[in-house]
Amino acid sequence: MPDISRKMPENNGKITGDYEELPGNNGQSSGTCGEMPGSPGETPVTDCRTNPAAEQSARPKSALIAMSGGVDSSVAAYIMKRDGYYCEGTTMRLYRNEDIGLGSFRTCCSQKDIEDAGEVAFRLDIPYEVLDLTVDFKKHIIDKFIRVYEAGGTPNPCIDCNRYMKFDMLLKVAEERGLSYVVTGHYARIQYDCERGLYLLRKAADPGKDQSYVLYMLGQEQLARIKFPLGDIPKDETRRIAAEQGFVNAEKHDSQDICFVPDGDYVGFMEQYTGKTYPAGDFTDRDGNIVGHHRGAVHYTIGQRKGIGISFNEPVYVTAKDMAKNTVSLGPENELYKRGLVAEDVNWILPPDKSAIEVTARTRYRQVEKKGTAYPLPGNRLKLIFDEPQRAITVGQAVVLYDGDVVLGGGTISGTVDGI
Amino acid sequence: MIYLDYSANTPPDPAVLEKYLETEKQFIGNANSNHSAGEAVRRLLADVTDNIAALLGVLPAEIIYTSGASESNNMAVKGILRAQRHVGRHVISTPLEHPSVSGPVTFLNEQGAEVDMVRIDGDGRIDLDNLRELLRGDTVLVTVTAVDSELGTVQPVDEIAAILKDFPNCRLHVDATQAIGKIPFDFGNADTVTFAPHKFYGQNGTGVLVKKRSLVIEPLIHGGSGLSLSRSGTPAAGLIAGLGEALRLSLGALEERLEAVSELNAYLKAGLRSIPGIRINSPEGAVPHILNISLAGVKGTAIQKKLSDRGIMVSVKSACSTEGTPSRAVLAVSRDRRNALSSFRISLSHLTERREIDALLEALGDISRECGTEAGL
Repeated sequence: MPDISRKMPENNGKITGDYEELPGNNGQSSGTCGEMPGSPGETPVTDCRTNPAAEQSARPKSALIAMSGGVDSSVAAYIMKRDGYYCEGTTMRLYRNEDIGLGSFRTCCSQKDIEDAGEVAFRLDIPYEVLDLTVDFKKHIIDKFIRVYEAGGTPNPCIDCNRYMKFDMLLKVAEERGLSYVVTGHYARIQYDCERGLYLLRKAADPGKDQSYVLYMLGQEQLARIKFPLGDIPKDETRRIAAEQGFVNAEKHDSQDICFVPDGDYVGFMEQYTGKTYPAGDFTDRDGNIVGHHRGAVHYTIGQRKGIGISFNEPVYVTAKDMAKNTVSLGPENELYKRGLVAEDVNWILPPDKSAIEVTARTRYRQVEKKGTAYPLPGNRLKLIFDEPQRAITVGQAVVLYDGDVVLGGGTISGTVDGI
Repeated sequence: MIYLDYSANTPPDPAVLEKYLETEKQFIGNANSNHSAGEAVRRLLADVTDNIAALLGVLPAEIIYTSGASESNNMAVKGILRAQRHVGRHVISTPLEHPSVSGPVTFLNEQGAEVDMVRIDGDGRIDLDNLRELLRGDTVLVTVTAVDSELGTVQPVDEIAAILKDFPNCRLHVDATQAIGKIPFDFGNADTVTFAPHKFYGQNGTGVLVKKRSLVIEPLIHGGSGLSLSRSGTPAAGLIAGLGEALRLSLGALEERLEAVSELNAYLKAGLRSIPGIRINSPEGAVPHILNISLAGVKGTAIQKKLSDRGIMVSVKSACSTEGTPSRAVLAVSRDRRNALSSFRISLSHLTERREIDALLEALGDISRECGTEAGL
């Protein structure tokens, strides 16, 4: 296993990845056998600019493009085609109207996305087809989404969708068709480090658009066969290319929220989907005293302040939930701060070689990374202790660990740690 | 609105609607009831059925009323396969079928039936040599369309029936939904034939499966005896009376309407010749009601949208086994994926006026100019 800290040059020896403190963080590249222009990272990366996995393929310059109908994946397809790849486009149909509780005569937004993707594929003159993955989507994404909420967590279905739908499924399809790569419109970078013999996942060049957080679960075999052509370009450039190419979706808004709950009423969705009603219960204070009544514990998420519906002398927040007792604990903001967390289902892209690793970490998608120390635990788990207590660490969300701009790994938060 | 999608649906003839209303008002009984009100409906349905049978040249006992062509196709394909399961389970179909045929075929395939797809010639017709190669002793069903809905190609049903004479285990199902009421059709060749009146100025919600008396099929809808053992349920007396009226009117005026539509088709084709980038996909000998064309470099769905914005309704292949892929019918005749993706269907009626065709030609001319640069014209 490579020793990250040992490889770091003296002057770059400390891990600094906190963008809040260092907004212009643009560290020097520090590879030993390759150049890494523009890399803000601290982990020395040996970029060989080759891909041993694809070299062995019968058709090294071929790709399956996951086209969502949005502007990013459309431009990703354009770039691959421009760069001389043989491309085939596909859109995954993930759900139908009845799956999300809409009448079958309404036009579903996913249908519009499919039409847009087909239009762009036509313009690029690449073969295109829709893959029906509605059954898998229900099983792997919607059912789990509901399970996590019912267990008191706040799920992140987009991460599961990336793992099971976008990458697992599409890599299988690409392999069946003899295509070397799967391409998506994510803003992140993949680099092969020949010295370590590992593929690394790094943040996008455009820090405002970086999506590495939702990609931490990718394994080596997957990283070897994935390309993110937008990793090096800013979002404005993507829009410019789309407009220049006359893509129908050049002006389309980025997708928001959870695609299968378009109105954001996830509890309504869950009740409709499962046929259950989630019973009302009690709000309690820290000591367990009943201070009010709630509409059902699934409605609330840790750190929530709005929508509690009762007034107190000081601002109160949801600090904890007990699903078995159907109680929601309220408290002042300081009760939201925790020293650390435990995560399960951990994936290490850069496997740890020490029992304690200094990292920066995100516990939410758009969060500034915070410094801490990660402790790998047996059974694909880890403990992370932050240097400073962190607000509203939420079970069910992902924690992603970074060393500079390199994703070390991540997992699903399963609990919080109060002391050390 | 300029409606040029008559192969999808036709406006009901006022006489059909009148017959429907009159029947619904006059007959309140259930045809399955054993009192005089029920008896009155039964008598009406018997008369209507006698008339329909006479118009089609079949026996009244061979007519099964369904909820539409989709049910008729499902009933025939599944019903024949299930009834013949002791003989064999090999099915031959074509890539030109409506989803209500290809759907049940796929379903049966998943249940263990063997399925072969017959090749389509460059002229859009079923390759009869290929059909001969595919036929086996345990082939129990050949299911073909009489007129394919995308190109309007008339399929050689008579020749297929002649080939099948050497295969006594094999039944022939013909989906004649785009043929009946538009062109002459011989019911003598097929074991089962599907059609529905909403394609010839009748109403939605009813259809027919004509089934040879000797053929036993398993019903799709079990329960009760009804007017036919093959399909239980209270017969929709008003819709059936309307169906009879629609059939009478359209078969009565068949030649006259066919000639009118042929003239419109020639007029449209002549006008299309002067529009750059237009390619006609429908083969010679297609029914004049359907004209499938492409405009180079523009996706069919995009043209449909542009025309719809100008109040002109045309159709693009939508439902198919794999979404997003080009039309197999157009691909078969043009051997050009991009052209197939650009294709769309204009469907005409004797009700179509020349000025409507002029408006379409003008709109297509504009779109061709607008999109000329991107199409490389």
